[in-house]
Amino acid sequence: MALERGAGKSDAGGTLALGSVPEGQRVRLVKLDAGCGMASRLSAMGLVPGVEVRMLRNRGRGPALVEVKGTRLALGRGMTTKILVQPPA
Amino acid sequence: MAHKTLTIALAGNPNSGKTTLFNNLTGAHQHVGNYPGVTVEKKEGTCIHRGVRIQVVDLPGTYSLTPYSIEEVVARDFVIEEQPDVVVDVVDASNLERNLYLATQFIALRVPLVLALNMSDVAERRGFAIHHQRLGELLGARVVPTIGHRNKGTAELLDAILDIAEGRDVLRPAEIHFGREMDEELDKLEPLIRARPGLAGHYPPRWLAIKLLEDDRIIRERIEQGGAGGAELLEAAAASRQHLRHIFGEDPETVLADRRYGFISGACQEAVTRTVEARHSMSDRIDAVILHRAIGLPLFLLLTYLTFQFTFSVGHAPTDWIESFFGWLSGTVAGLWPAGAESALRDLLCDGVIAGVGGVLTFLPYILLLFLAIAFLEDTGYMARAAFLMDHLMHKIGLHGKSFIPMLIGFGCSVPAVLATRTLDSRRDRLTTMLVVPLMSCSARFVIYTVIVGAFFADRVLVHAGPIALRLQPVMYFLMYLIGVVLAVLAAKVLRMTVLRGETTPLVMELPPYRMPTLRGLAIHMWERGWLYVRKAGTVILALSIILWALTTYPKKTQFSQDYAARRANAERLADPAKREAELAAAEHSQAAERLAHSAAGRIGKAIEPALRPLGFDWRIGTALIGAFAAKEAFVAQMGIVYAVGSGEANREALRQHLRQDYSPLTGFCIMLFCLVSMPCVATIAATRRESGSWRWALFQLGGLTALAYLLTLIAYQLGHLLGIGV
Repeated sequence: MALERGAGKSDAGGTLALGSVPEGQRVRLVKLDAGCGMASRLSAMGLVPGVEVRMLRNRGRGPALVEVKGTRLALGRGMTTKILVQPPA
Repeated sequence: MAHKTLTIALAGNPNSGKTTLFNNLTGAHQHVGNYPGVTVEKKEGTCIHRGVRIQVVDLPGTYSLTPYSIEEVVARDFVIEEQPDVVVDVVDASNLERNLYLATQFIALRVPLVLALNMSDVAERRGFAIHHQRLGELLGARVVPTIGHRNKGTAELLDAILDIAEGRDVLRPAEIHFGREMDEELDKLEPLIRARPGLAGHYPPRWLAIKLLEDDRIIRERIEQGGAGGAELLEAAAASRQHLRHIFGEDPETVLADRRYGFISGACQEAVTRTVEARHSMSDRIDAVILHRAIGLPLFLLLTYLTFQFTFSVGHAPTDWIESFFGWLSGTVAGLWPAGAESALRDLLCDGVIAGVGGVLTFLPYILLLFLAIAFLEDTGYMARAAFLMDHLMHKIGLHGKSFIPMLIGFGCSVPAVLATRTLDSRRDRLTTMLVVPLMSCSARFVIYTVIVGAFFADRVLVHAGPIALRLQPVMYFLMYLIGVVLAVLAAKVLRMTVLRGETTPLVMELPPYRMPTLRGLAIHMWERGWLYVRKAGTVILALSIILWALTTYPKKTQFSQDYAARRANAERLADPAKREAELAAAEHSQAAERLAHSAAGRIGKAIEPALRPLGFDWRIGTALIGAFAAKEAFVAQMGIVYAVGSGEANREALRQHLRQDYSPLTGFCIMLFCLVSMPCVATIAATRRESGSWRWALFQLGGLTALAYLLTLIAYQLGHLLGIGV
């Protein structure tokens, strides 16, 4: 599973890293590239493939703030590069 | 009627109002301890409902029951091993889907389950109408709406608990289907599990099969250790995982989580109707200010400042009362003996026990108030925002956003700061934070700074610019605080590169909606932590205070350089009352100084003098440093005794004069530097021992910081000497 970890440029499938989503935009979660323990944790907090995520705050550095399933989650910068999303069709 | 005891476990997400519900159920009948072997807090309480005694165990707040964090493992083990009569899952009704995720885990475990649909008023206001009976049927668990902060629904909840425990109207837990492919693999694994009675008798087989597909670390380890047939089962599980990964293109645990949410959203579609579309707009609006690019950080600094202002201004008076009470107590106890008589027991009681206990308790108002302020910031939801704001900065130095809170508390007192590291999930992050926290200049160190800065750096002006003059005094204070912070940052970096190597856990944290805290909740919060300080640290501090008292008292000196009795008798004959008092005090203090020099502490001070020489310290400073180990501010009191000026604010100026005569400003700076970095006080060491779970880390902290202090002071003194700065 070699997924891009950098700035999160779009790949062929049109997915991008959550960290590059601008504030206010709604996206759909495609894949979690986190370690297995972390992936379960994120799932428990509502981050599962297919779920709608709204970017509340993204300053390009520091943690990002997203809304998912009615709760606000703070995600460290490193984490946001491992969550792949897609703009809704 | 026969008295029986039921045990119930209270589970739920963080921020679901679980603690409030626990307080409602148990009132003041609470007991805080630890789960065996780990430093996860275990809160227990009891209540009596309809003649039945109910033991309530508050499980740690978790989102799931995976082995992601120690809290989740503890909660899961408790439910599986202790088999409580009923599990109560507290669910935030205003955020139903996410909260029900944990419920699906309990359903899979087939435990007797009651769902407390908490904050149902908030849910209503947000336009959710939850048909709780229907929801209960769909999940296969009893559902009771509650409003924790108004203590509503508590009796109904207790009724439901008794019903389930006594087998009335028990619903069959729902079967969660994970899709054909997934269920097929589960069906393959289940017979293999059933064939092993050791496992099947312990865990529900279906649940265990799910955990194997999720590749649950802890379950895997237990099966590996279980011996015969374990390898075969794990091989089958690995094959299933491989097969599913091939079909779905992702890890089975992600698919399982997705299916659980599917099950939940199906149930919610049937049992919940939405009347209006209104989402926590209030919290969003507050966040717009609190997390604002320009306002966020200044506001955070202001709130920090107010926290300390509140703690120290309100705490000043009660601290004085406690001090004068112990002064009175000491005098009263001493009065039981005839004046002038020698008594080891009296000295032990007055100077050892009462002074020791008093020393611990004088800090209590500050600690309680600081905890109250922190409980307020936590319960409103602000603390999570503070961690969010600081995460970027903290991450750069190898710490976690949440590490910031303990470090902040460290400016007040290291003991509660060490306790506050509990909010960190990963043990590595916790230990790193705990080890560097004593480098934040605590309020006791400030006492040392006031004496030294006042003695050596008081009236120097650095820069004159018209009417504005930059004075050396505030610069020196600031410098000491800054040195502490910079050292903490560097120490954290070094620790992360050596003994605590590994990546910092990325921040994943829920920002709870803003809430008005309840007075009762705040009071309980404050008291719990305060009591922990009194009980645990208190016993250790007391014991060490007595040891240090003995060191500074024994062996007793009987032969003095002058006849003090005669000197006192002469003084008594002086006509001027002011002169008489002064002469009596001078005699008293100079005798005390002789005694100290003769005592074990004085001798140790002299013995270690050669080692302290290169730092610019003599035996007097060495003796005072031994006292500083009991409590940092004791350094000042000890120096007072050494110089025979007595302690107390009135004598500080006399002490400063003595210091100026005997030492250079460079030595003054070195004293501050050494006191800042070296030997965290006994209470801090005790707290680190308790929180890290081993003496190893406590002694590592003690040794490491003292070695660092020695090295830094050595460099500072020698360099200063060489360059002729402040000599």
